[in-house]
Amino acid sequence: MPPQDLPLGQRPRLLDVSHVEKTFNGDVVALKDLSLEVNEGDFISLLGPSGCGKSTALRLISGLMHPTSGRINWSGGQGADDLGIVFQEPTLMPWATVAENVWLPFRLRGQSYVSVRDEILEALKLVGLDKFQNAYPRELSGGMKMRVAIARAMVTHPRLILMDEPFAALDEITRFKLNNDLLELKAKIGCTVIFVTHSVFESVFLSDRIIVMAARPGRVIRELHVDAPYPRHEDFRTSAEYAAFTRQASEALHDAMGEAA
Amino acid sequence: MSIAEEAPVTIAGVDVEEQARARRDRIHRIAKWTLPSLVMVLSILAWHLYVTIGEIPHYILPGPVRVAQSLVEDWALLWPAMMITSRLTILALLMAIVGGVVLAVAFTQSKWAEMSFFPYAVILQVTPVIAIAPLLQIYVESAFVAALLCAWIVAFFPILSNTTIGLKSADHNLQDLFTIYGATRWQRLRYLAAPSALPFFLGGLKIAGGLALIGAVVAEFVIGRAGTGLGLASTLLEASYRFNFGRLYAALILISLMGVVIFAIMSLISHLALRSWHESALKREGQ
Ligand SMILES: Nc1ncnc2c1ncn2[C@@H]1O[C@H](COP(=O)(O)OP(=O)(O)OP(=O)(O)O)[C@@H](O)[C@H]1O
Ligand SMILES: [Mg+2]
Repeated sequence: MPPQDLPLGQRPRLLDVSHVEKTFNGDVVALKDLSLEVNEGDFISLLGPSGCGKSTALRLISGLMHPTSGRINWSGGQGADDLGIVFQEPTLMPWATVAENVWLPFRLRGQSYVSVRDEILEALKLVGLDKFQNAYPRELSGGMKMRVAIARAMVTHPRLILMDEPFAALDEITRFKLNNDLLELKAKIGCTVIFVTHSVFESVFLSDRIIVMAARPGRVIRELHVDAPYPRHEDFRTSAEYAAFTRQASEALHDAMGEAA
Repeated sequence: MSIAEEAPVTIAGVDVEEQARARRDRIHRIAKWTLPSLVMVLSILAWHLYVTIGEIPHYILPGPVRVAQSLVEDWALLWPAMMITSRLTILALLMAIVGGVVLAVAFTQSKWAEMSFFPYAVILQVTPVIAIAPLLQIYVESAFVAALLCAWIVAFFPILSNTTIGLKSADHNLQDLFTIYGATRWQRLRYLAAPSALPFFLGGLKIAGGLALIGAVVAEFVIGRAGTGLGLASTLLEASYRFNFGRLYAALILISLMGVVIFAIMSLISHLALRSWHESALKREGQ
């Protein structure tokens, strides 16, 4: 059984974040005592107000930054292609075509385009952009660019995909569509996702675990489990269950804001 | 006016607008060439009339006919001179490209290199080349090489500074992405920094092309004076000593023609290199 179909408690451990702290310039505590167990197949949302250290947490997990104290351990060690990342901006290379952009992770490993063409086309097909492989980013809409970024992040089938408010700049209709597609994609390739968002609705719709965070200093306030089965479709958004979970999450977030004040 | 008469216009309203725009575009396209040409013809005519009616002596202002005559009669002298100036300009530009790009890459790869040498690049740039030229003439045996050095000094700085800025301008998230995927220094330079720098480099190239010619002309003025007749600018200077104003104007026209050709070539290169992806090369609707 793929880990994502196992109940939350039974999934194998992927990553352990233990007592991680990050201080900038000696006095700005961006993140205080963050502990997080990431299991294979989890869809974790980091939810919290601006400045609570969500991006910092992602950067620490991605290895772009090192913690001031504490440890981040990958079970079985971290391989070169264990990680994919999607930023708030699509972050495509404007001089390269869609297919060349998706090729990037392979290219940096020294793999020729021809040798991975099938994987690239497969990833583009999964995000519905196989017809646009020769287009340049400027010819695409915001939502399409984001799809390319997602295709690039998953083309190597990484074990973990980090997403930092990837849909924040999109309109709501596009965002809903991409939410649905993201869930479908994750089910297909069976990866783990850590997803940063400001939106209670988005976090409930997407994740099975929501980590609610507070600012000054950045810290975890509460963890919520969204015990609704996948696959989740558009009708989940209008269900009573969904409403109940969003209420819970909103309250937790409200507490987080209150405690921060 | 009846409704029936008005109707076709409103129904075809969009088409009418489209047609009007297409017509405007067509007129624009034609006018872009005809208007400047007309201005030129009129100016030459005015020049001719002024000289003939005012009976201006040719050693003060030669008429266009006389200049054209010089251009033809002195061609055997002007053409080789133009070749020398061209060679000077092109070589200086090529050296500026190589020097500027190599130094820019060195500067962005090593902070120490930048700290050590950037001030000297600036000093070289801000010191008027006309003040350096006589020195070069003393220390460098060949007049051509001395002139080449002058033109190079003038042309290389815009390439250096633009390329340096360009190499540093790569998107930060893309840089992070390259880090996450474990890119090597070379991959980073080749796949990220270099393409990011390309528009900046091409902007510098456009400026450097013009400056290389200016540098060549200045160098010929200063260095060619020692009797080592160089290119067009030396010819021009010599013609002025001899009050041969027909030849002087002919040389001047050829020099500015060279400038125009260089600018056109640089613009073309820039357009071809960027047209598929860069904003600056986009043709937007209605422009
Ligand atoms: N490079 C840095 N240098 C100094 N301070 C930083 C740096 N990066 C983040 N911080 C500080 O750390 C805190 C957390 O920042 P972070 O970007 O992680 O928050 P966030 O939760 O992602 O916020 P947002 O929702 O606005 O993106 C903030 O107070 C921020 O000012
Ligand atoms: Mg952030």
